Amino acid sequence: MLILQCPYCGVMADETELSPGGEAHLTREGPGASDDAFHDYLFMRENPKGVHFERWRHAYGCGKWFHAARCTTTLQVFGTYKAQTTEPPKDIRDRITKARPGWTWRDYA
Amino acid sequence: MSDVKSVTALGGKSFGGLVRVAEAPLQGMITVRGDLGLASVKEAATGLTKAEMPATGRIETGAEGAIAWMSPDELLVLCAYADAAPSVPKMEDTMAKDFASAADVSDARAMFRLEGALSREVLAKLSPADLSVEGCAVGQMRRTRLAQVPAAIWFTDDETASVICFRSVADYVFALLKTAAQPGSAVGLAPAG
Ligand SMILES: [Zn+2]
Repeated sequence: MLILQCPYCGVMADETELSPGGEAHLTREGPGASDDAFHDYLFMRENPKGVHFERWRHAYGCGKWFHAARCTTTLQVFGTYKAQTTEPPKDIRDRITKARPGWTWRDYA
Repeated sequence: MSDVKSVTALGGKSFGGLVRVAEAPLQGMITVRGDLGLASVKEAATGLTKAEMPATGRIETGAEGAIAWMSPDELLVLCAYADAAPSVPKMEDTMAKDFASAADVSDARAMFRLEGALSREVLAKLSPADLSVEGCAVGQMRRTRLAQVPAAIWFTDDETASVICFRSVADYVFALLKTAAQPGSAVGLAPAG
């Protein structure tokens, strides 16, 4: 069972109260992007065994989108943070480093 | 329009089991959306209800109603049913200069009351939310789900809960509550049980 704390309303929300929104921090390539960049935006997703960053929506609650950092194998949650964040915050990355030394995810470590 | 008599979704049905479950009478409900830090939004909500502005995740009761925090940009104002429709234009006036709105949702919602020592247990059977005394204290507004539909739950004391759901699922929610309150189905989680 996965429980994430919504950073907007503070509720400890069960997975079934949330809607999954896929991978976090994608760059939404649009008109003017190269074919390769647009292709990667459309099709290339991380599928890690371990540290992952995702988007979730508090669908059965306040309705807001937020981010979560968690481990896909143990379901350990490293933290949640607001949607208005373009990259994983430093404090959350530090927490992951403490729990999973040597972790990487896309360009982050 | 105005000579049509308003009715609740289920005509006030009730059920006696582990707890008493009853559809509440007509309840005025106004959704206010906008930046909750705006003075005009605060004035619109508190002026009608004489309640304090609720902190995040809470519900405050006043002389003329209550204000519930629903999201960072949404309040649910509870008032007398007859006051809801005429209050909306007044609130819109109060907030006219700001990007904020008020809408009468009284007839788009249904409300239930649960009374009895096992109220928390009955609701906890239907929701993944922590509805213990610690997890959902009196005065907290918990938006969650009851089985498959959204619901907002709050306790006015440790044995009395109110539940708001969409009117279109009132029958479904009443059936859920009746099933969860079936005599003989206590699971012994409630401290008072
Ligand atoms: Zn939330």
